[in-house]
Amino acid sequence: MLAYLIRRIFAVVVMLLVIVLMTFGIFFLFPKMIGADPALYFVGKQSDPAAIEGIRQKMGLDDPILVQFGKFVVGLVAGRTYANGTDVTNCAAPCFGYSFKTEQEVFPLLMDWLPVTLSLAGGAVVLWVLGGVATGVVSALKRGTAIDRSAMGVALAGVSLPIYFTGMLFIALFSDTMGWFSRPDTEFAVDPGKWFNGMVLPWVSLAFLYAAMYARLTRATMLEVLNEDYIRTARAKGLTEPVVIGKHAMRSTMTPILTVLGLDLGALLGGAVLTEYTFSLHGLGYSAVRAISDHDLPVILGITLISAFFVVAANLIVDLLYAVIDPRVRLS
Amino acid sequence: MTTHRTSKRRLAAGTAVVLAAMLTATACGGDEGKEGNKPQGKGTFNAGINKVSNPSDKKGGELKFVGTQDADSWDPQRGYYGFMWDFSRYYTRQLVSFAPAPGQGSTELVPDLAAALPEISPDGKSYKFTLKDNVTWEDGSPVTAQDIKYGIERTWAQDVISGGPVYLMQVLDPKSEYKGPYKDKSADKLGLKAIETPDAKTIVFKLPKANGDFLQMLAMPAASPVKKEKDTAAKYGLKPFSNGPYKIDSYEPNKSMKLSRNTNYKPESDKIRKALPDTISVTFMANADDMDKRLMNGEFDLDINATGIGQAARATAIREHKGNLDNGQTGFIRYAVFPQTVKPFDNIDCRKAVIYAADKKSLQTARGGPQAGGDIAPNMLPLGIKGSDGSYDPYGVLQNDGKPNVEKAKEHLKACGQEKGFKTTIAVRNNKPAEIATAVSLQNALKQVGIEADVDQFDGAQTSGIIGSPKVVKDKGYGIIIMGWGADFPTGQGFSQPLVDGRFILQSGNNNFSELNDPAINKLFDDAIAETDADKAGAIYKQMNQKVSEAAVYLPFVFDKTISWRSDRLTNAYTTDAYNGRYDYASLGVVK
Amino acid sequence: MTDMTKTGAVNEPVAAADPGTAFLDVRDLKVHFPTEDGLVKSVDGLSFTLEKGKTLGIVGESGSGKSVTSLGIMGLHRVGQYGRQRAQISGEIWLNGKELLSADEDEVRRLRGRDVAMIFQDPLSAMHPYFTIGKQIAEAYRVHHKVDKKAARARAVELLDRVGIPEPHKRVDNYPHEFSGGMRQRAMIAMALVNNPELLIADEPTTALDVTVQAQILDLIRDLQKEFGSAVIMITHDLGVVAEMADDLLVMYGGRCVERGSAEKVFYEPRHPYTWGLLGSMPRIDREQTERLIPVKGSPPSLINIPSGCAFNPRCPYADVPKDNVTRTVRPELVAEEGTRHWSACHMSQEERTRIWTEEIAPKL
Repeated sequence: MLAYLIRRIFAVVVMLLVIVLMTFGIFFLFPKMIGADPALYFVGKQSDPAAIEGIRQKMGLDDPILVQFGKFVVGLVAGRTYANGTDVTNCAAPCFGYSFKTEQEVFPLLMDWLPVTLSLAGGAVVLWVLGGVATGVVSALKRGTAIDRSAMGVALAGVSLPIYFTGMLFIALFSDTMGWFSRPDTEFAVDPGKWFNGMVLPWVSLAFLYAAMYARLTRATMLEVLNEDYIRTARAKGLTEPVVIGKHAMRSTMTPILTVLGLDLGALLGGAVLTEYTFSLHGLGYSAVRAISDHDLPVILGITLISAFFVVAANLIVDLLYAVIDPRVRLS
Repeated sequence: MTTHRTSKRRLAAGTAVVLAAMLTATACGGDEGKEGNKPQGKGTFNAGINKVSNPSDKKGGELKFVGTQDADSWDPQRGYYGFMWDFSRYYTRQLVSFAPAPGQGSTELVPDLAAALPEISPDGKSYKFTLKDNVTWEDGSPVTAQDIKYGIERTWAQDVISGGPVYLMQVLDPKSEYKGPYKDKSADKLGLKAIETPDAKTIVFKLPKANGDFLQMLAMPAASPVKKEKDTAAKYGLKPFSNGPYKIDSYEPNKSMKLSRNTNYKPESDKIRKALPDTISVTFMANADDMDKRLMNGEFDLDINATGIGQAARATAIREHKGNLDNGQTGFIRYAVFPQTVKPFDNIDCRKAVIYAADKKSLQTARGGPQAGGDIAPNMLPLGIKGSDGSYDPYGVLQNDGKPNVEKAKEHLKACGQEKGFKTTIAVRNNKPAEIATAVSLQNALKQVGIEADVDQFDGAQTSGIIGSPKVVKDKGYGIIIMGWGADFPTGQGFSQPLVDGRFILQSGNNNFSELNDPAINKLFDDAIAETDADKAGAIYKQMNQKVSEAAVYLPFVFDKTISWRSDRLTNAYTTDAYNGRYDYASLGVVK
Repeated sequence: MTDMTKTGAVNEPVAAADPGTAFLDVRDLKVHFPTEDGLVKSVDGLSFTLEKGKTLGIVGESGSGKSVTSLGIMGLHRVGQYGRQRAQISGEIWLNGKELLSADEDEVRRLRGRDVAMIFQDPLSAMHPYFTIGKQIAEAYRVHHKVDKKAARARAVELLDRVGIPEPHKRVDNYPHEFSGGMRQRAMIAMALVNNPELLIADEPTTALDVTVQAQILDLIRDLQKEFGSAVIMITHDLGVVAEMADDLLVMYGGRCVERGSAEKVFYEPRHPYTWGLLGSMPRIDREQTERLIPVKGSPPSLINIPSGCAFNPRCPYADVPKDNVTRTVRPELVAEEGTRHWSACHMSQEERTRIWTEEIAPKL
């Protein structure tokens, strides 16, 4: 078990390094291949040669890609200094890079954005798991009825409609027309009540999409599980239906759902891009969009890395969790 | 299975349609309902154009800006975005600045930190300013001549302070002998020879060569003072030290900014800024459609970027909130330009063929129509600039109501020796949807006369390295480039010189894409710049503009206009030519 | 009447709502499932009785309706997938003087696992993979007994010990996948017996096991039956399984009974060609592999479209023996051999069948 864990964590680190290297390649080599200059992205409107040279030196763009990569990795662990003779900028460990666009270290920025994304994903997860699983179970138990058909119809709409659309619809309905919920403008530390009220629509919009997917997954899994022999055994014992469904069938139904949930959550923690964009939440996703349109490469790299970390970590956690849920799985 | 899927898809599509209908219904219904409860907008359409809308001297309240785009930098020496220049007047002053007046009146320069306009030597090479007595920093210390010099010097440190305009560098130190204050060996870091500060109140600029627009350059934020002890170099833009009526309380890039009154500022020292609100907030959000909705909801007062109401909200805004709108000129021209190095655009007749073949009406529509796009432009000098003439129509564009003149186009094609048309490439920035639309419009119009044009969308963020490089333009065969241009300062020099003066052709970051290098035109610039009388200079720029039109290297589309939102709460709102049709932010106030 | 209790099987119709005297009395049981393709007549008029302490073997190919019969007795046709399919069930099932089909679901649920317990074919799939053996047994006990978890666990250990699982106090915490096939089936039996059921239904209890283990399990069931005094219904497709255990045998084909009688009779004087086929497919130690008869040719009938006349006629080598094509038009009634408790449903005359059996079939077996 411990050996397995060490091996997996080692693999995670290697995978993250590969992702960093690939991101490096894409962001710093690709522009060169198409004849563009990464330094140009940072000099602003006026591209004075001295300014370009200054940026180039400071970023170390003249170094070979592997040297740049090495410096980045060292910076992650030990921090680093960006300097071009005149201008010296320190970046404390863990140094995820330095944004030459906003003149800020990337890591504190990430730590600033992460709670927003966390609170968005966290709230939405609760909603969609509760809503999606409940809908899926009811649909499965009432298979073929009007309840099932309408629930699955709504779920299909939920899966098909883009978040930007549902988000704007919810804003128009519940914020602008009904006035029930405000837009997410308030931070938790300022006014928890207002924060909560503002987060409702983003949570619901995001949860709607996922709840739809989870309802369909739950329904399909539940139907499959209900046909299992051990469910018949449970009934043959004289257990009541709530126990048969709630304990025996749910236990098996939750396994694939937890797997998908772990991966979805991992992906989501890298930024719920569309939801954050729609509701102008300043989380990792919105900042990624911002950074991409600003060509703020170090920030893009930082977000990519932290997103990759969450995905890879989620994979590991799901695998470990799987072993806990399913006694047949042995980690080796 | 197939039918099953199809029906599912149909169901999804159907649901989407129903929901979309609900959305529009509720959106309209909601707005109408609100109109019923809320008093109708107080303003009137275009109340802020050439006049002051809702004049008031009432102080207090919070002025709420919103925007989708943060400034490139709030460092006065690094910011180059137009709205940053307008907004920066809240926290920084210059020796001279633009007069607080609507429209063209705003282009007049008046003393700001300076007690009066400068004494200019007869040869136009020396400008001497005396500072006001009661100009102060946010810590209460006086703003000195040395602070101004130090601030201007920062631009020389291009390896650290990049991004801002470099006019002062080019005019004061054309050979780049000074290396900037961070490499300055002198104790006071004031080694730039072209600026002298004999005492704390006096500053003298020594120009190697006279420049009639020098004052314009001193009105830019790049000429702002910076207190050496407070200079944080590259990071200065995160919290500039204020010498204006407001100081920056907090700033989170791409998120928000809050300003409050600078208690050490002396209002009596300032005749330009009304400084009415107690606090000023800026909120940056991602969703432009939602931003327009929230402006219409009254949650914010105006768009700091002043990019105009977006397409999604435009119809509703015009229908239901017309009184909150101003439809003004931005001072930009949208155009196509023909690099003469790319065949057959070396031939003037081929260029004229394209000018005549273009459908200006369709190009205007592609830009957003007469209101959101602008008026069809017959020449290349925008209306706010001295020497411009909106009726100068050398290619009969207005006369022909913007329609293509196929006959003349074919005539010129024949004269060019390309009777059957030719092939070429239109280069357009990939991040500007309206520009892409104009490229497609032009492509279609050219097809009518047999000119086959490919549209090549290039990385908009790499503009200076792609179309800014004459070599790349030639190698890629960009016969037509779609661009837009606005003046950094509202004179013929500010608008036209980078575009048409042959001495401004650069190997990187070039803006004279046609590589027009006509000694006659170049000389007109020299004459106009040497002229200190603005009206006389304007007469020269008028000639320059005619010569540029005759060279047929530009195909102007529109004099750019925008539909800006002005909330009911705003007082003293008026658009300015000096700030590209934006409101004069320093004059704005809010009713409580 | 005394005779009846001895053989344990009756055919005489009894007036409705008369509980009769038998421990289990199934009368004209019909279980039909409506499907998109038509009505599936899984069980179509089945009657039998069973006394305490006796064993009834129900034999037939898969799809003959034998498993559905057991589900009907358990009342499992009402819930789950069968419930959703809206199983149509008619007839009467009397258990200990109580009619089950007309009882409400909660009443039937209370009987399930307590009075009637079931052993399923594949113990791996029939046990929940995520719960320990002990928990699953304890759960079965706690549904019907108000005891704490500790007592239930002790009961589970006791039962595991009784069914021959070594170190039961340790194995009680194992998961099903950690048991061997035979062990799992023992655990399954322990689970079924945890409430001392009066009726134990074993549905193909040894099919998933290898031959040596099969015998052990059958011995175990037999021993336990003696000890607990339960009635047992042994459902199988393999006559060999019930050969030594069953007191009575019931042969099903196409949802109906085709032959019924004491095990002795059915084995040694079978009266239905289908039973002959089944006997022929039975592996025997005293028979050489080459001599082995091919099992009944053809495949079981579709329960939606049961052949008219005798359901077995398309596969019956003697279908043309009776005159006038009667095997294909008239359904043969289940008739008792004169003076015996041995019923069969065949158009051929008694004499004819006796002759064929003794002259053509028996010598080859």
